[in-house]
Amino acid sequence: MPIPVRLRVNNTPREHTIEPRVLLVHYLRDHCNLTGTHVGCETGICGACTVLVDGKAVKSCTVFAVQADGSDVTTIEGLATNGHLHPVQQGFWDRHGLQCGYCTPGMIMASVHLLATGAAGSREAIAEGLRGNLCRCTGYSHIIDAVQNAQQAANAEVARA
Amino acid sequence: MYPANFDYKRPATVDEAVALLAQHGDAAKLLAGGHSLIPAMKLRLAQPKVVVDIGRISTLSYIREAGGKLAIGAMTTHQEIAASRLLQDKCPLLPETASHIGDVQVRNKGTIGGSLAHADPAADYPATILALDAEIEVAGPNGRRTIRAGDFFVDLLQTAIAANELITEIRVPVTAKTVAYVKTEQKASGFALAGVAAVISPSGVRVGVTGIAAKAYRATGVEQALKGQMTANAIALAATHAADGVEPLSDIHASAEYRAHLAQVNTRRALERAVSRG
Ligand code: FES
Ligand code: FES
Repeated sequence: MPIPVRLRVNNTPREHTIEPRVLLVHYLRDHCNLTGTHVGCETGICGACTVLVDGKAVKSCTVFAVQADGSDVTTIEGLATNGHLHPVQQGFWDRHGLQCGYCTPGMIMASVHLLATGAAGSREAIAEGLRGNLCRCTGYSHIIDAVQNAQQAANAEVARA
Repeated sequence: MYPANFDYKRPATVDEAVALLAQHGDAAKLLAGGHSLIPAMKLRLAQPKVVVDIGRISTLSYIREAGGKLAIGAMTTHQEIAASRLLQDKCPLLPETASHIGDVQVRNKGTIGGSLAHADPAADYPATILALDAEIEVAGPNGRRTIRAGDFFVDLLQTAIAANELITEIRVPVTAKTVAYVKTEQKASGFALAGVAAVISPSGVRVGVTGIAAKAYRATGVEQALKGQMTANAIALAATHAADGVEPLSDIHASAEYRAHLAQVNTRRALERAVSRG
């Protein structure tokens, strides 16, 4: 039986009546028309579907939308502000952290979470932190560069403030 | 991959959850973090008519010290366990094990109660729960009861929890630092091909093994062979008993022979590492 879900996606309140079996990733793509979140494996392995739920990175193909009822969800569409890329997006741009781009929304959301939790202290730590995100193109090295770049930008910001 | 349709219930309390299980019987399945149940539902290996989401019962999410033990609410996530100062201090094996589970996203969502109830033969916690001789508290229509770790895992994906019960709490002892969890994992999923948890305490050594057989087990052969001797030689010799009396699984990731071998190697490594932390 369809039931109501209310959540905030990228700070916009959303309300839909959906079947409980709808996965969060399909809810975002098909009901909110936010197709930036990708579906790769749909089995919880590849991380392409990573979004933040109440600030925590989760694989939205392995969460029912109803489980996120009442939560704050952030997707790749919610990162840029006033036309300015988020530091992690900028890092991916500057350091060529993507090729085909399929993994990128998930990579970036996982990286945002990683930086927010202070778990990106070294290249090894970043690699470990992103082990739930697979990329077929880049060989990962540029992705790690991109995250480090974002971290340096954030540190410089703090130093300026 | 849409699961079959179901009715969704989200009880606010343990009592409500127990009442829902009583009402729906076999038709109902508990949903915690969802990282075991949802994949099974997508493949339609599980098609519950009613899904009871206990993931939001806030009274089931805590880590605290009580009566000389550490008590962990069933809905505590792997991440919360991995990051807990209290546990790192007083029962470091549990956070060490939790930090090996899956990846960041999985640890943010998966819960200790959900993982234990699912009893995947390649999950990480079972080895540790056995090595810690933990207690698992469940709630049912007749109130609460406690199951010892040694009685908890019954068979492949089967536990001693009755269909009308749910896990409420896991209790582990305070231990010294001489503990370790060592695993060889299946690269894509992170699940254990062979995971070994070792606890060295004044009262003896306990070794739990996961990933090898249909259910996790205590490597009593290793424990007995050690006879309290923790020299490198004694450990190497004792570790050869790591798969004694069990029937190792065989699949595309590892043959039975290879699994048994990994059990021995990782038992030696876990014991060595635990000793080195003394
Ligand atoms: S699509 Fe969700 S993990 Fe691959
Ligand atoms: S850029 Fe192509 S999969 Fe990562």
